Amino acid sequence: MSKGRFGKYGGQYVPEIVMPVLTELEAAYEKYKDDPEFLAELRKYYVEYAGRPTLLYYAENLTKHYGKAKIYLKREDLLHTGAHKINNALGQVLLAKRMGKKRIIAETGAGQHGVATATVAALFGMECKVFMGAVDIERQKLNVFKMKLLGTEVVPVTTGTSTLKDATSEAIRYWAAHIEDTHYIIGSAVGPHPYPTMVRDFQSVIGKEIRQQIKEEAGGRLDYLIACVGGGSNAIGTFHEFANDSDVKKFGVEAAGRGPAVGDNAQTLSNPASRPGVLHGAYSYLAQDDDGQVIEVYSISAGLDYPGVGPEHAMFHEEGIVKYVGINDQEALDAFQLLSREEGIIPAVESSHALAYLEKLMPNTNKDEVVVVTLSGRGDKDVQQVAKALGEEI
Amino acid sequence: MSRLQDKFSELKAANKKGLVIYLTAGMPDMEGTIKAVKMAEEAGANIIELGIPFSDPMADGPIIQAASYQAIKKGMTLPKVLELVREIRKFSQIPILGMGYINNMLNYGFDKLTVDAKEAGMDGFIIPDVPHEESGEMKKACQEQGLHLVEFVTPGTTDARIGETCTTADGFIYCVSVNGVTGVRKIDYGPINNVIEHVKKQTDTPCAVGFGIGSPEAAVEAAAKADAVIVGSAVVKLIMEDKFTEAADLIGAIRQALDKKVK
Repeated sequence: MSKGRFGKYGGQYVPEIVMPVLTELEAAYEKYKDDPEFLAELRKYYVEYAGRPTLLYYAENLTKHYGKAKIYLKREDLLHTGAHKINNALGQVLLAKRMGKKRIIAETGAGQHGVATATVAALFGMECKVFMGAVDIERQKLNVFKMKLLGTEVVPVTTGTSTLKDATSEAIRYWAAHIEDTHYIIGSAVGPHPYPTMVRDFQSVIGKEIRQQIKEEAGGRLDYLIACVGGGSNAIGTFHEFANDSDVKKFGVEAAGRGPAVGDNAQTLSNPASRPGVLHGAYSYLAQDDDGQVIEVYSISAGLDYPGVGPEHAMFHEEGIVKYVGINDQEALDAFQLLSREEGIIPAVESSHALAYLEKLMPNTNKDEVVVVTLSGRGDKDVQQVAKALGEEI
Repeated sequence: MSRLQDKFSELKAANKKGLVIYLTAGMPDMEGTIKAVKMAEEAGANIIELGIPFSDPMADGPIIQAASYQAIKKGMTLPKVLELVREIRKFSQIPILGMGYINNMLNYGFDKLTVDAKEAGMDGFIIPDVPHEESGEMKKACQEQGLHLVEFVTPGTTDARIGETCTTADGFIYCVSVNGVTGVRKIDYGPINNVIEHVKKQTDTPCAVGFGIGSPEAAVEAAAKADAVIVGSAVVKLIMEDKFTEAADLIGAIRQALDKKVK
């Protein structure tokens, strides 16, 4: 079995051309991941630029609304650029700088990872190209403009279904042709080794802070963790720290879209129809048809509609470490509105999936228990789409 | 000796370079693919690389991506690729390697696939998203059926890695001419020729150069140190446009150039 496995999942299913650069990346990551100077620099940017640590906020009104366990929100939405994506982008750009790379590339679906990458590229004066499906460019004009403003070239991808999976393939193709001077910042805990490990490590700051803050601010008790899962980077960042805490029940919330039919949702782990396969370099769970062709998945949330999922989640799923569940579009929209009204916090539609799971979980909790929901991003980017879904013209 | 090994021995004895032609299965349709194989063999192809269409072909450039996408839309599947091979075997003994991505094969099941492929008359597989490290299980399944699993070297493959690849190399070694994806362009063959020289010191397995070769001139250059050249996108483009005569002319011209200029 090859390197970078989580149980039987993971690996390096990439063209031979990419192998030398993955080996180079792995060596660089091994060298710097525990290097005090690297970690100090990363910490500096986390604190001074991104705004870490993020708050662990006691949602008193939401707690009263359910009348059960205490609900805390891990406020990744307060980070610079509005989501957890910056944690990973900063880590990888600092690594790319040390590797002497001149150019950064990334794929993006909703544009959040694209904006985070364009942001760090601007900060460090690196050339940046972001690959984005032509369909997504049309759907996410605001983020496309933001990226351009930040000095990034947005490259439209018109192959296949012209969405995130095709943008990812195109980024890999571009990388294969420019391995000498280019670093590819994958946006989620997916892809070939060492990406799932590296992205997980950069996002693990979420779980580590939760542990610390629960101890200092919430009396130390933690019973439930909830995070949304697309590729799964905010979720793995939340769960990894607690992987061995069996008394902390962990829920990964996938997008159940508009129904259980193939292509109507983006559930890879919580859908009994999905099975393991290889996409973008890793063996994990995958939405595919009977012939093994990857299918286009659907969610109201552009950040969750990826047909694959990080390989560590596949292992957590099989070992029962995390329970993966589905929340549909309507449930997410309800949660989006509920948090806005109760707490004055407009959540990202992605994070609204995690919040929506409270409806199902809370009735079974007790008043002395504690729930933490990772609020992975803020909802400014989604208001237009939500207004449309609610039948309002803005 | 396998059909593929026999072919390389035959070429070597005749002091000729091999010509491998890639065709996407299902393009322009089932019948058209059969016609294309016939055409390619008559025009001078020695080996057929039959593309198994995948939804996300990460190692392929725009032409083969488009061909794969259209073939899938028209209903091409891995079982149908095997059907095609059965049909081709009714009139030809040309070696056929299935070129596809690992997910379709995982989905079919390696053991069942290799048994069915052998029965259909396929000679082996080329899987661009399976580097040496990940090839173990499929290699084992192929070996049990006497099928080849082709491995890759590139201009960036280190000497140590060439050594590892050569220990299990089988059928031929796919020498990727350039960093990037499939598709016709001007290429400096110097770097891959250096790699081939290293490979030749360590194994007798034939070397075939592919990626970017679209003309007789390019084929001659690419064949300098290799035993064969692989031509894909240039032919697929013509087949997609239903230009079979032009495709035959291109293959014929490459064949002639190889026979004339390369010794």
